[in-house]
Amino acid sequence: MAPLLELKGITKRFPGVLANDHIDLTLEKGEIHALLGENGAGKTTLMNILYGLYSPDEGEIFVNGQKVEIHEPTDAIKAGIGMVHQHFMLIPVFTVTENIMLGEEYTKFGSFLDRKKAAAKIREISETYKLNVAPGAYIKDLPVGIQQKVEIIKILFRNAEILIMDEPSAVLTPQEVDELFIIMRKLVQQGKSIIFITHKLREVMECADRITVIRGGKVVGSTTPKEADTKKLASMMVGREVELKVKKTKAQTGKQILSVQDLKVLNSQEQFAVDGVSFEVKEGEVLGIAGVQGNGQTELVRALTGLLQPAEGNITILGKDTTKQKPRFITELGSAHIPEDRQKDGLILAFPVSENLVMNTYYEAPFSKGVRMQFDEIAKKGKELVKNFDIRTPSIATPVSNLSGGNQQKVIIAREFSRPIKLLIASQPTRGLDVGSIEYIHKRLMEKRDDGCAILLVSTELDEVIQLSDRIAVMYRGKILDIVDADKTSKEILGLLMAGIKPSDEMKKKFKKEEQIITT
Amino acid sequence: MKEKTKKAEKGIAIFFEELSKSPGLVTFLAIITGIILSGLLVAFTTIEVYDAFSVSFWGGIKEMFKVAWSTYSSLFVGSFGDPKNIVSAFQTGDGLTIRRAINPFFESLVQATPYIFAGLSVALGFRVGLFNIGAEGQIFIGALTGVYAGYAITGLPAFIHIPIALLAGALGGAIWGFVPGFLKAKTGAHEVIITIMMNYIAFKFTDFMINGPMQDPNEFTPKTPWIQESAHLTRFFDTPIRFHLGFFVALGVAFLIYWFLFKTTWGFELRAVGSNPSGARYAGINTTRATVIAMSLSGSLAGLAGANEVLGLNFRLVPSFSSGYGFDSIALALLGKNHPFGVVLSALLFGFLRNGSRQMQLKSGVPIDIVSILQALILAFIAAPAIIRTIYRLKKPDIEEESLRVSGWGGS
Repeated sequence: MAPLLELKGITKRFPGVLANDHIDLTLEKGEIHALLGENGAGKTTLMNILYGLYSPDEGEIFVNGQKVEIHEPTDAIKAGIGMVHQHFMLIPVFTVTENIMLGEEYTKFGSFLDRKKAAAKIREISETYKLNVAPGAYIKDLPVGIQQKVEIIKILFRNAEILIMDEPSAVLTPQEVDELFIIMRKLVQQGKSIIFITHKLREVMECADRITVIRGGKVVGSTTPKEADTKKLASMMVGREVELKVKKTKAQTGKQILSVQDLKVLNSQEQFAVDGVSFEVKEGEVLGIAGVQGNGQTELVRALTGLLQPAEGNITILGKDTTKQKPRFITELGSAHIPEDRQKDGLILAFPVSENLVMNTYYEAPFSKGVRMQFDEIAKKGKELVKNFDIRTPSIATPVSNLSGGNQQKVIIAREFSRPIKLLIASQPTRGLDVGSIEYIHKRLMEKRDDGCAILLVSTELDEVIQLSDRIAVMYRGKILDIVDADKTSKEILGLLMAGIKPSDEMKKKFKKEEQIITT
Repeated sequence: MKEKTKKAEKGIAIFFEELSKSPGLVTFLAIITGIILSGLLVAFTTIEVYDAFSVSFWGGIKEMFKVAWSTYSSLFVGSFGDPKNIVSAFQTGDGLTIRRAINPFFESLVQATPYIFAGLSVALGFRVGLFNIGAEGQIFIGALTGVYAGYAITGLPAFIHIPIALLAGALGGAIWGFVPGFLKAKTGAHEVIITIMMNYIAFKFTDFMINGPMQDPNEFTPKTPWIQESAHLTRFFDTPIRFHLGFFVALGVAFLIYWFLFKTTWGFELRAVGSNPSGARYAGINTTRATVIAMSLSGSLAGLAGANEVLGLNFRLVPSFSSGYGFDSIALALLGKNHPFGVVLSALLFGFLRNGSRQMQLKSGVPIDIVSILQALILAFIAAPAIIRTIYRLKKPDIEEESLRVSGWGGS
């Protein structure tokens, strides 16, 4: 029998790039097929071709053995193909029902919307796949995880047999990701088929039936989770051996760099997002802040970097009280900041790479003389940093918006690390990045630590916090529940803390971590 | 040998490829397309064309071309002068005849001058992410303060009095821009609404001033006194040519704004704020200060437009002296892609069109409004480059076009 979906020799050229180079891909009925590759490998391009957003330069698409022509999304929908985009396509002020029936409206009396009928079908779908979505709720009131379910229902509503999911876990919390995988399993059990695009190895190993790895627009291999291991997949993806584990030596701590006392910070709803937090970070150590997204980490970092005025408490950086200081004062003290949202806060996307590289030193010599910018000097510095930090860009005059996520992050790292810094506040430094970039950034962070820099690492990826930190503070509802040694604490204990439960001594014993062998 | 031609061919291909992607070409084609469509419009609104069509099809087509040609040639003559006239005038050697013949060209430059100032004002605002709809009001205030410095200060030599009067105009506009800038920065009030309201205040305030405190006691109608001779912007020719120093001041200011925006740290900060306010704040730039400075500067440029009019042309302030320069300048800034040099070019285009349209109405009886339609068509095509790309099958540029970024109504 012919496979459900077959792509043959799909080729797509963009000016200067071969995004897809004769890609073959088959999808059997009832399987989850993971498409694994780094950012910019051509996964999304391929799926956009399948969904009719791009037309291929070469190649053919077969559904159930029949050749189909897909020029527009409507063609794809007709062929039973649906797509959940990375960024949701929902209208916030419409209800779930209205969003789902948009473009496929049920009507009564000729031209009136039949919301009831649509809602009934949505309820039916929701129950079949255990999605738990209320048809009458407004999108703007729903958390991201539910919004994604709405996107999935939208596709099922249109009777799709093939679901394309583009990096579905990128916007979700770990719990929501687990739930998503359960839903995906259920969908497959009911006879649907899924193409799952990702660059996260753990997810692939957890939920895929088959894995196809793409690199540089070409298929480099196909395998199954049983045959493969993460290390092998990572090297297939990146094209070389990858160090997934970070080499960590024992911390050589020195004097205190950052000290926070009873800090309280209000969020935009005038609630205490940070509610009485105290900690300190010393030279040469990494303090990790773990916690589920939205427990006050964002506000804490904004207060530390001078972007938000704390309501109460004190912040001392390098012996100076910075509680009420402006961002520039804090930067000039020798503090660096890798922001959580690199595109919104970290970069001026429309500006060239070189200017972004001097974004917080442009007013100093040699980059300006008086008020005159010295663009020659800025270009010189730009070239130097692009080389040293291996930033992949056509030129230093290219707007940063044209760079891949990993390279955008490298621009920020290059900018912050090229200054003499004593404190680094890194917020989600590897969010949304591929394996190669994560490896690179972790290595750079550890180098900085070993140079004697104090690092505050805020991350919702528990694995990352455990790997990089010397001590871990767990935040829950604006408070730090406990600060523990990274070497002596197991993942289970941290998980409990993240859920807001202070483990008893018995539990601590039960989950006691075997002493790690520390290389010095 | 063969290889060489191949290389050359490749070179040409690359040239056309690059050309078809350049935004300059889109602007050029937008203007051409606008001209063609307006020509059609003129032809279809002329009775003679229908008469000719009722006789024969080709006759109708011919008549259409004739009508469009006569419209545009009178537009050209009105804005540049009649070439034949100019040649014969130079042959006579009579000064006045020559000046009359070349006057349309210089008059167009005179018309373009306030456009340059006001266009720079709006463009500067856009660069910092601010939508200054208040240019018209700032023009009025600039004219008011400029004219006051022009008549109230006496006994100064021209080379001191002119700069002082111009600066007074700039200062007036700056105050009118500062208020919305300050309110926006401190309270988050949207600059669009504030500047619109400030426009009304400016109009009525000007009316009040020239009806009362600043009215010339020797006049019965509301007018300010004449400004001092020493405040007159220098004219370079005798009558009827009104071409004056203001044009060169405008060019100088355009260059200064270019230098400020693209070569100084101040401009860098302002552009950073305009492009991504939260990114700029994160980089330690004081966004509050940037907003206030940008609105004040924007206002001062519009103020210069007003001062330029009273000091260079009218020599006194009369009610409703500006005819929508401030509003046209929004369109003009967009046409010039918010770049000072682009603004100068589009101001020249607007100046020439505005000046030529009068002649067009006189000579061929085509209403002045057709020029407004022409401007509107050109702008529509500029604002939606996709139309032009589709018509002429141009390639998309590799780098996304810099689109206008103005903060939303939510105050974000």
